[in-house]
Amino acid sequence: MRKKIGDIILDVNNISLSFGGVKALTDISFNVREHEVRAIIGPNGAGKSSMLNCINGVYTPQQGTISFKGQTFDHMDSHQVAVMGIGRTFQNLALFKGMSVIDNIMTGRNLRIKSNLFLQALRLGPAQREEEQHRDFVEHIIDFLEIQAYRKTPVGQLPYGLQKRVDLGRALAMEPKVLLLDEPMAGMNVEEKQDMCRFVLDVNEEYGTTIVLIEHDMGVVMDISDRVVVLDYGKKIGDGTPNEVRNNEEVISAYLGTSH
Amino acid sequence: MAFFLETLLGGLMAGMLYSLVALGFVLIYKASGVFNFAQGAMVLFAALAMARFSEWIPLWTGIDNPVAANFLAFCVATCIMFVVAWLIERLALRYLVNQEGTTLLMATLGISYFLDGLGQTIFGSDIYKIDIGMPKEPVMAFEEMFEGGILINKEDLYAALIAAVLVTLLSLFFQKTATGRALRAVADDHQAAQSIGIPLNRIWVIVWCVAGVVALVAGMIWGSKLGVQFSLTTVALRALPVVILGGLTSVPGAIIGGLIIGVGEKLSEVFLGPYVGGGIEIWFAYVLALLFLLVRPQGLFGEKIIDRV
Repeated sequence: MRKKIGDIILDVNNISLSFGGVKALTDISFNVREHEVRAIIGPNGAGKSSMLNCINGVYTPQQGTISFKGQTFDHMDSHQVAVMGIGRTFQNLALFKGMSVIDNIMTGRNLRIKSNLFLQALRLGPAQREEEQHRDFVEHIIDFLEIQAYRKTPVGQLPYGLQKRVDLGRALAMEPKVLLLDEPMAGMNVEEKQDMCRFVLDVNEEYGTTIVLIEHDMGVVMDISDRVVVLDYGKKIGDGTPNEVRNNEEVISAYLGTSH
Repeated sequence: MAFFLETLLGGLMAGMLYSLVALGFVLIYKASGVFNFAQGAMVLFAALAMARFSEWIPLWTGIDNPVAANFLAFCVATCIMFVVAWLIERLALRYLVNQEGTTLLMATLGISYFLDGLGQTIFGSDIYKIDIGMPKEPVMAFEEMFEGGILINKEDLYAALIAAVLVTLLSLFFQKTATGRALRAVADDHQAAQSIGIPLNRIWVIVWCVAGVVALVAGMIWGSKLGVQFSLTTVALRALPVVILGGLTSVPGAIIGGLIIGVGEKLSEVFLGPYVGGGIEIWFAYVLALLFLLVRPQGLFGEKIIDRV
């Protein structure tokens, strides 16, 4: 049963970001409601990933604010963002390649590990029990993503589609409130895309996780998202339900070109 | 045969000490992608602290027992290395997150000179000795197997044992604890590690603390063999071929690399030395490292660099 879409959880206000003379984002505002699937679309170089990186604290926008759960920030700090409950996956995989699937996903539990260094080092009771609990949680994620067979495999050896799943799994292990997905389906074949769509929707349904998603595949976006923001050359040119966006003149011309 | 074994054992024990210093390099490289030029300076700094406090503590507190005094000095020196690690993170590395590797390398070069100077300013620049009660006299072993037995330097034997225990503990820590896992994660990808909430700054402090302790143990052992003096910083240089051989990212690599270099040095000195006029020990390791760079640049156990196209 899907949770009802709630109040605004993440609110982006008048964000502008430039690199030297290049304007990556100009005065972007949009919001994300709790439990919804929100997509950001746009042609290549539209500023989609930059937007995500601002929310995630990788980039610091020159102007504008970002509010999360009522708190307003003029720039985000990567670590703080994770602590507040925003998880993310990466467009270009940023997995820990030398580590096994289990270890990669376990790192996502890091924030929730309470026992201190010395308890861990001595493998004392409480630390050991805690480790086992986290391990249980991670096993659930592994089952959920259907990667049981690869749990001990070093991630670097897995095919691309599976690595994308591990990336999602690592973000899920944080039990995030909001999950930012940067092109989760890029470079996948149809079957893999369908699997990924299913996972994303299941996450949204089962855990009520709010999803912000960047995607190129219009079919996918229109199918799974509740509302869509459209960016082009760093400007917002459309915002609304998939249907509204689909019929938006500016969006059509950005994607298909206008006749002159 | 007995002579060969004797040389081999001597090499293994010397190699264990190289491993120890190499371990310091590997730890920091793994966690921050920085080749820490300051490792040698840290060895000297730690050894100086240890040597001076083991002199001062009996003077200040009137503790007569040398074991107790050494133990206290070790604790004090450990604390000092922790403070140094914390300061390095606080004052230098914190501002260099996500910078190029070269920038970080240059920073450690600076730290290295600073620590060299600071150590000698605080603790003095004479030659000091650390006396942790290492037995100096050699023992004979396997007397029933070989005629005359094998001569083993007890000091080397103890040193190798200490190094082996430390190396084992560190490997376990890296592989088996949640913090160790976080350390490996940071080593693999800073940005990804941050995005899942691993606090980079704390991890760096931990790694530099561990590297500080490793430097202290190395400084203590080398210091008790050779005396605490400026040339200790070059001990770190001798560990350089070890990390090239073993791979910069591998703890087991540091150990095995150290053993290979240790054994190689001694065996080549004894068996090849006479033909080329001796002195092989000094350059053997570097030549070996050079050959490795040509054939296997990532080292024996380093991560192979594969670019997917």
